[in-house]
Amino acid sequence: MTQAGASLRVSSKYLAYLVPLGAVGFALLIGAIMLLAFDASPIEGFRALFRGAFGSTDALIETAIKATPLLFVGVGITIAFRANVINIGGEGQIVAGGLLSTMTALWLPDLSAWIMLPAILIMGFVGGAIWGFIPGYLKAYFGVNEILSTIMLNVVAVQLMNYLLRQPLIDPAEIERGTRIPQTERLQEGADLPLLFGSDRLHIGPLLAVLAAIAAYILLWRTPLGYRLRAVGQNPDAARYAGIPVKRTITLALTLSGALCGLAGAVLVFGSEGHRMVTDGSTAGFTGSAGFNGIVAALFGGLHPIFTIPASFLFGGLLVGGISLQRAVQVPSALILALNGLVVIFVVSTDRYRQRLRDQDARRDALASAGASSVPLAADRGGGGEEP
Amino acid sequence: MPMMEMRGITKRFPGVLANDNVDFDVQAGEVHTLLGENGAGKSTLMKILYGLYQADEGEILLNGDPTVIDSPTTAISHNIGMIHQHFMLVETLTVAENVALGLPSSRGALTDLDVVSDHIVELGSQYGLELDPAALVWQLAVGQKQRVEIIKALYREARLLILDEPTAVLTPQEVDQLFETLRQLTTDGRGLIFISHKLHEVLALSNRITVLRQGRVTGQATPAEATRESLAEMMVGREVKLAPDKPAVQVAEPALEIRDLEVYGDRGIVAVEHFDLEVRAGEILGIAGVSGNGQRELAESIAGLREVTKGSISIAGTDVTNHRPIEIRDVGLAYVPEGRLKDGSIADFTVSENILLVDHRDDRFLNRGLFDFGAIREHCQGLVDDFAVKTPTLETPVRSLSGGNIQKLILARELEGTPTVLLASQPTRGVDIGAAEYIHERLVAQRERGTAILVISEDLDEVFGLSDRIAVMYEGRVMGIVDPATATREEVGLMMAGVSPD
Ligand SMILES: Nc1ncnc2c1ncn2[C@@H]1O[C@H](COP(=O)(O)OP(=O)(O)OP(=O)(O)O)[C@@H](O)[C@H]1O
Ligand SMILES: [Mg+2]
Repeated sequence: MTQAGASLRVSSKYLAYLVPLGAVGFALLIGAIMLLAFDASPIEGFRALFRGAFGSTDALIETAIKATPLLFVGVGITIAFRANVINIGGEGQIVAGGLLSTMTALWLPDLSAWIMLPAILIMGFVGGAIWGFIPGYLKAYFGVNEILSTIMLNVVAVQLMNYLLRQPLIDPAEIERGTRIPQTERLQEGADLPLLFGSDRLHIGPLLAVLAAIAAYILLWRTPLGYRLRAVGQNPDAARYAGIPVKRTITLALTLSGALCGLAGAVLVFGSEGHRMVTDGSTAGFTGSAGFNGIVAALFGGLHPIFTIPASFLFGGLLVGGISLQRAVQVPSALILALNGLVVIFVVSTDRYRQRLRDQDARRDALASAGASSVPLAADRGGGGEEP
Repeated sequence: MPMMEMRGITKRFPGVLANDNVDFDVQAGEVHTLLGENGAGKSTLMKILYGLYQADEGEILLNGDPTVIDSPTTAISHNIGMIHQHFMLVETLTVAENVALGLPSSRGALTDLDVVSDHIVELGSQYGLELDPAALVWQLAVGQKQRVEIIKALYREARLLILDEPTAVLTPQEVDQLFETLRQLTTDGRGLIFISHKLHEVLALSNRITVLRQGRVTGQATPAEATRESLAEMMVGREVKLAPDKPAVQVAEPALEIRDLEVYGDRGIVAVEHFDLEVRAGEILGIAGVSGNGQRELAESIAGLREVTKGSISIAGTDVTNHRPIEIRDVGLAYVPEGRLKDGSIADFTVSENILLVDHRDDRFLNRGLFDFGAIREHCQGLVDDFAVKTPTLETPVRSLSGGNIQKLILARELEGTPTVLLASQPTRGVDIGAAEYIHERLVAQRERGTAILVISEDLDEVFGLSDRIAVMYEGRVMGIVDPATATREEVGLMMAGVSPD
């Protein structure tokens, strides 16, 4: 048993990347059963899903655009997680980034594109950063649980968005017409995200997100700041001993995490087809739930910024392809939502499971030495971790 | 026939041959000691016997029968018990619950904690292991937790008991008590395997001694024929100086000044009070004392990790009372903490990353803001070689180093450069005799370079061998300061127990 245990432990590094793939497979399997229940052909359905996601240039572009906010958020989640902070506030941070960049474009209408573009990206970054800083500061200095505070701030953000888009930021034309759709006017063209390869749809968003992932990788493993984030995440006592300002680092981790989500917000506004910010009253209406789906992408990518790139594109494809699936086999759209939900549940629960395994190490070792009859993995830990 | 015999045990880890064709046996009623340097393979051999690792080659015979021990469960069913140095207790449960954990209840689905408690009390009075079965484990002192571990093994009817460095965390008094218990266990016909780096303990307790070096058995001895010197030589392969040579050094002005210090402990009780001390540049001041008399709180307050409620601390004339840890380090403090895995290192970080723990922002290791991995590797390789830290690579996580090697790694990091004040808590706890010698030499060398050194240690040999002056700490105060050249151990021992020198 120990031998098997030991080799299991060694290969669990690779398993970490295989488990989420298995989870997706499993979700698809259950999806197939649900399709059968609706008298639809799973093979046809999944073929449509794949084609809709990756089958043509247009499909690929759509997938890339859908993947962009997931990737920004995924990278942000990864940074926070490495510092042992859990950021569930992606939704609110996206909204905050979207709002601040939108207001920048509205209030500084005469800037040239060369200044305008960096300005809206920076303000998206700043908006998200503020929305991340608040729970970060509360956690570090007052011990407020970040899971609760980030979720609360999601609610605050959506109320703020609804108010701003209904009142001060609303398109004047909407008031004149009396339609009062809560949306801004078409934002100035100078702020439109530049398009790539002469496409009329593919903007620089996906490219920016990939660059952000690479930058996060460099930050985490090549810079003193990243070192501090990881040190605080792994052992705050040792970090404190070494003179690392633990509270400041925790605050910074959530701030940076929020900032990356904020960038997703800016890209969602200025890369949208309408080139304006719109609300349907819900956060998801603006974010497409990227603040949550990005967490899944991050877990899917093993909480490594580079692996989060393919993970986001895969997950983005699933979201895009789901629509094709629905059209092809004529099932209720709720089924697609259910399918996505299943993937989320499987990826997250397998990850929770992996984490629990790690967390329960101590307890399992206790059981192992007590001779409990069913110890899942033997305690093959460090040679002489001889610390009481 | 020996009750247990290991034959030709070989175990490889990536890049390390931890055990190389080892033969080892235990007779009923004896204490057989395993001695060896850090990383010699002692814990590995014992983990194989307890079923935590599988040997690559070799066999284990129990009462003459070849037996496969593939898990601790199997080991326990063969009446083998192991006391790990890092306790395997669930802190939030009671003593009785910990003992019962994993065992079937005599009442089927219902718990039988009252039966367990009775038996614990029984075993306790029989072997001098008194414990309150209803006490919560987290509230127990280290020595008591160890008793729980021993009771746990006895409760499971262990006939062969493995004790991996049980004394490293105990006070001298607790060690005496433990030895009483262990002797009693052998008179009942149990076999014991004992591991320790402290040679006087080994000589006092063992019936036989086996020495491991680099995974191989290199010698056997009995306490009758061996001396501390001969054992040390067998372990290290050369002569070892048990006390360092200390050239006279001109002491200069005070580098560390502590005035009327007051510090509170974790439970809100005052741990250090009315504490005054000066350590001068070029001297080693040893703090002797039974652990729990405020030493840890004192160290943490000097390092800026614990709030000072009264009094002041200054380093080289600069007041650092309640300054941030990084500021205190910048003034010139180096600090070897007591908890090597809790504070001193990050278990999941690599050897290099741990060496950079304090210096990661240093320009030497940066190239345009990014880590310069070439420079880092060179620096780390230098320190690892210098302190003979046994590690397969610089990228190995510290978690998989042996206990003593983690300690050496921390010392290598903290002794680098020339700090104004060096604060070392239990600097040689868990390190082997050769490494201890080397660490002592390095401390003495640092003293010659004018560092003021404050050593906190429970090991009186260490305190006497190393210090220029000894301060005895009792209940948070300095009981007195003595000169190791003229003071006796008895005097210091009495002061440690709270008896005033006059
Ligand atoms: N799980 C592991 N993975 C990799 N290497 C290991 C592992 N456990 C032990 N080692 C290596 O095997 C060697 C022997 O380690 P072991 O813990 O048995 O030493 P030890 O004699 O107990 O030393 P110490 O006195 O420092 O506790 C060391 O070089 C150690 O790094
Ligand atoms: Mg060991």
